[in-house]
Amino acid sequence: VNPKILKSFIKKEFLHIFRDYRTLLVLFGMPMVQVILFGYAITTDLRNVKIAVFDQSKDEKSISLVNEITASGFYMVTSLMENSDEIAGQFEKGEVKAVLLIGENFNSRLYNGSASVEIIADAADPNTANIVSNQIQGIVQRWVMRQNNGKAVVPGIITEVRMHYNPSMKSVLLFVPGVITIILMLVSAMLTSISIAREKELGNMEILLVSPIKPATVIIGKLLPYLVLALTLAMFILGIGNVVFHVPINGSFLLLLGECLLFIIVSLSLGVFISTKVQTQQMALMLSLFALMMPTIILSGFIFPISSMPAPLQFLSHLMPPKYFIIIIRSIMLKGVGLMAIWKETLVLLLMAFVFIMASVKNYKIRLT
Amino acid sequence: MKRISFLLQKEFTQIFRNKAMLPLIFVMPIVQLLVLVNAADFEIKNVRLSIIDEDRTEASRRLVSKFEHSTQFNVSYPDTRFESSMNDLDMGKTDLVLRIKRGFGRDLELGKPSKIMFDVDGIDGQKAGVSYNYAMNTVDQYYRELQGNTMIKPQQALLSLNITNRYWYNPELEYKNLMVPGLLAVLVSMIGMFLSSMNIVREKEIGTIEQLNVTPITKLEFIIGKLMPFWIICLFELTIGLFLGWLIFDIPIVGSLPLLFAFASVYFLVMLGLGLLISTFTNTQQQAMFISWFFLVIFILMGGLFTAIENMPDWARKITWFNPASYFIEVLRMVLLKGSGFADISRHFIIMAIMAFSVNTIAVMKYSKRSA
Repeated sequence: VNPKILKSFIKKEFLHIFRDYRTLLVLFGMPMVQVILFGYAITTDLRNVKIAVFDQSKDEKSISLVNEITASGFYMVTSLMENSDEIAGQFEKGEVKAVLLIGENFNSRLYNGSASVEIIADAADPNTANIVSNQIQGIVQRWVMRQNNGKAVVPGIITEVRMHYNPSMKSVLLFVPGVITIILMLVSAMLTSISIAREKELGNMEILLVSPIKPATVIIGKLLPYLVLALTLAMFILGIGNVVFHVPINGSFLLLLGECLLFIIVSLSLGVFISTKVQTQQMALMLSLFALMMPTIILSGFIFPISSMPAPLQFLSHLMPPKYFIIIIRSIMLKGVGLMAIWKETLVLLLMAFVFIMASVKNYKIRLT
Repeated sequence: MKRISFLLQKEFTQIFRNKAMLPLIFVMPIVQLLVLVNAADFEIKNVRLSIIDEDRTEASRRLVSKFEHSTQFNVSYPDTRFESSMNDLDMGKTDLVLRIKRGFGRDLELGKPSKIMFDVDGIDGQKAGVSYNYAMNTVDQYYRELQGNTMIKPQQALLSLNITNRYWYNPELEYKNLMVPGLLAVLVSMIGMFLSSMNIVREKEIGTIEQLNVTPITKLEFIIGKLMPFWIICLFELTIGLFLGWLIFDIPIVGSLPLLFAFASVYFLVMLGLGLLISTFTNTQQQAMFISWFFLVIFILMGGLFTAIENMPDWARKITWFNPASYFIEVLRMVLLKGSGFADISRHFIIMAIMAFSVNTIAVMKYSKRSA
């Protein structure tokens, strides 16, 4: 690799980037909007769940129970039913997520243990149904305990719980690193995959091929400018996460920077690899954005826990670079651990970068087909 | 009309002659659907639990074996002290650490409240909450069995009640019932929007737009001719996907399919119109793709498929009013799983029709046959 040639090649790439100010604007503006939007919006923390109540007793106790549920702050009683036939209609219109059914003679039957409460959840959304149903059950149980002045369940075993790293169990701490990962991965892969494909489609590839520039120079020259760009982007997003969402950086900032760099190299070289395989920008874009998007979101552990997946899919997830990066940045940012805890993941990413770069150099053809 | 049919013919020929793109358009979404559906499951399984039993009495051993027999946990016994198991939590080797301190069995026998401790990796708040609930239930069961043995009767004259939980439309809480149609909707929307957003701008970039601009075709005909092929492809893929979902995953189809398809055809007009609109005001395929990607990520992650819209703050919920995908996902859920009829989704229908009309009108107006 001739440093002088490389230098002018890199300069050319930078000019490409900076003169297309629209893309640049999109590049920095959009991830920013996304992180802010998703940081607030993607949450599994329950809020304002609408429920309906069918109270067949309407006595002192049953009213107190309903009050207890609304007082929790998670639920809003939006409709009081008079008839159990109304339940289906409420669910079909999608008005409420759950119905609380309180049996007859609630007050008096509480004393002989035959009082009944039924929680019917709309399981067309199984996840919410499950959480809502369990949470309401918990509230009802606590209410019973309170009615007995705490005497009902004298706990023989006291359990003490400590939630580590995220004591308030806020999902924003989980999702911000995830969003950062997805944006870095897809944007980096897209940027480089399109840059070589564009040279091919517009015919500039021929000019490059007849020049004395070596394949390695072209690939490094394509990687470096985007590396700088993507790293700036990464810092930018991390800054937003820290300032806006107070996502802490408990570990070493330098280590975080290094790992970001490594992950960007992996994504960029994946992009280069894609671009050596395709002829048109359209193909490059479809592969880097469309083909990678859903697997990245679903298999990376960003939303769905990997440990719960069936074995073949767990295997597939091992092939996803973002999976390792999500583990790494969650560990550094939230747990504050050092390289010792994440050396395995780091090694895997290094290996992936190496494989992608070697494959691209090998695939880069100096002849037009 | 005739001019549209020529443009249609051209577009279809272009799509079917591009051998590299065909599998991406037709095979990949279906493969992704069939594979990824298996991963899209919120149920928490295989919680890794480390137990440190410092008590080593009959009582503590029974508690441990209770956990071993539960299907939700993968129990391990790090042969170490409590402090180093905290390190395991740091290293991500375990999700939950249970510490049974010395004196647990003795206190139980004496009838004194005895203590156990859980340390939970709380990064994933939802997973942490669920795992902890599993653990509490197990302890609860253990204590009840103990009560049964030692004949501790619950005190009389206390209030008590029976709680039943019922899950309608999906009693087994099968995630696939929701995820198959949901993911399918997402994948087909992606295909449609990406393809349509790249379409016109590609002609601009390569220069073939000039040839189209000098033909007598009107702006309206042009947009219709560009929209139709992708609209047909989207509906075709939706059909195939639903059929395979029904065949392979046994997803229930309770409501009316014609109603669903009627809604889907309006919905695709919105997504494709958006794509074409993006295509008319960008200069390069990269910009077009980037902008549609931006919208798609928002549509997907805020569509109510992965996390519920109810959980969002007020302003974010207002944003979802403008998210066509959130309406489609809700309609899929309502029609397929609950059997909702036209009256139940009429509001969705009206909103979608207004969106389709306005987006496509703007696209027609925005498209200019004159080169800048």
